Amino acid sequence: MNSRIAHVAFNTFREAVRDRVLYNLIAFALLLSGAAILVGQISIDIERLVVVNLGLTAVTFFGVVIAIFIGIGLVSKEIEKRTLYTVLSRPVRRWEFVVGKFFGLTGTLVVNTFFMAIGVFLALLYVAHKFQVADLGILTALYFIVLQFFIVCSLALLFSSFSSPMLAAVFTFALFVIGNLSDDLRGIAAVFKGIGGGVATAVAYVVPNFSGMNVVSQVAHGEAIAGRLIVYNTLYALLYSAMAISGAVLIFQRRNLK
Amino acid sequence: MVAIETINLEKTYSVGFWRKKPRVALRPLTLTVEEGVVFGFLGPNGAGKTTTLKLLLGLVFPTAGTARIFGKDIDDVEVKSQIGFLPEQPYFYDYLTAQELLEYYAQLSGVPPKERSERVQKMLGRVGLSDAARVQLRKFSKGMLQRVGLAQAILHDPKLVFLDEPMSGLDPMGRREVRELIQELQSEGKTVFFSTHILSDAEALCDRVAVIHKGELRGVGAVADLTSQTNGKVEIIFAGRAVPSALASLGAQTHVSGEVVSAVLPEEHQDAALDILRREKLRLISLTPVRKSLEEYYVQKLQPQDNRIGVGA
Repeated sequence: MNSRIAHVAFNTFREAVRDRVLYNLIAFALLLSGAAILVGQISIDIERLVVVNLGLTAVTFFGVVIAIFIGIGLVSKEIEKRTLYTVLSRPVRRWEFVVGKFFGLTGTLVVNTFFMAIGVFLALLYVAHKFQVADLGILTALYFIVLQFFIVCSLALLFSSFSSPMLAAVFTFALFVIGNLSDDLRGIAAVFKGIGGGVATAVAYVVPNFSGMNVVSQVAHGEAIAGRLIVYNTLYALLYSAMAISGAVLIFQRRNLK
Repeated sequence: MVAIETINLEKTYSVGFWRKKPRVALRPLTLTVEEGVVFGFLGPNGAGKTTTLKLLLGLVFPTAGTARIFGKDIDDVEVKSQIGFLPEQPYFYDYLTAQELLEYYAQLSGVPPKERSERVQKMLGRVGLSDAARVQLRKFSKGMLQRVGLAQAILHDPKLVFLDEPMSGLDPMGRREVRELIQELQSEGKTVFFSTHILSDAEALCDRVAVIHKGELRGVGAVADLTSQTNGKVEIIFAGRAVPSALASLGAQTHVSGEVVSAVLPEEHQDAALDILRREKLRLISLTPVRKSLEEYYVQKLQPQDNRIGVGA
């Protein structure tokens, strides 16, 4: 990685840590501990299902909230607070700054997800008393969640590059929700004919396909995840994020920092 | 060598809901700043000083015209390794300590890893912040932030330093320290381009100044030349306790201080005034032409002008 990108990324990570972003881990730990204890007491042979479902959903929820609320301020806050002036008056290209900020936030989310993953496995061990081979699927689900964070961060960056932080948060969250329904959207598009069908199909393919990355239910039921899906989702997330960041860079590149 | 050169550099913002209303921030600016000088960019608030600085730093893009720094286009990112910049009322990452901030900026400026730590410590010492090196910036006073700002501007040993209102909000000691720093930079052969509306600072520090008003360059010149011009008046100082009535009739502005009288009057009445002193047997102490102050020059340039043109230095 370009050293300037790495420096910007590290500083973004440091900012998130010092702004106590990782404190969300405490809330996550409390939630999961409570759930594990509760499920452990009920014990009707669905402990694993509940803990995996709840744990991975919580990982997604906490991560998406962080991705959106930090992502929308990654660049706009620097403009508003004018901290950007002393960065861009140095030999730092605007695209390097945007990409560095993106990697800083995604790095924060990866670290956050790592600690949450430990929490999920500890809760699972508490209720099931042992691990099984099918639990490896949880790692795949976590990987897909991280890929979703990449896309959400890039969308937050893109929207914040031309709209207010509040609107950017609304747009990003809306796309996250719609993206989770993209399979249904494709189904609806297939029903319509003519222009309506064309528009619905186009929308279904433009919104991020988060539903294709959501394997929480399969993993909770111990179903295997196809290797082909891992490759497909990886390429899809990288391409989608790259396109959204390129859009953010193109807009930011022309922006006057008044 | 020319440090800064602008040719018809112009900036117009589009404002309003539909962004169709133009607002001129800078009219075509043609200006040259030679290397090694301290250049003062003077003008009232909203004159276009900060816009010019931002154009030169690539923070905003010109509507028309070009600018070069050390002969290279301002779009050339490598030029920026030779530039230092202190923004007006600087705000930095307040979660960092002064040392961390300077280390971060040193990294971005391409200071070699081996030199970073030493350079940072040296800069902290130079601006008197060695004791506060490990304190987070959120606990810094405004004056301390200004010092950090100065340190980050000169950290990477740039050849050209832009300072936007560097004395703004500083107490007398702080202003004095900034003045001394600018003088040190000049003695090191750096080019300093600073915007200010504090004329006494500009007069004390600058080799050359430019006056800008309402986005338009109104004048530019060497401070020594501008302040060596007479304004058509002379000051006569003589021993005495009262002003002769004949002198007052010449239109002299007089001031009696103890046993010394000072009279300022038009140059054409100089001989008549001397005759009066001889007649009254008053001892002449001195007669000097009254020189223009930078303030007078500045005020004159801020007056509405009929022939508005960009003036080259």
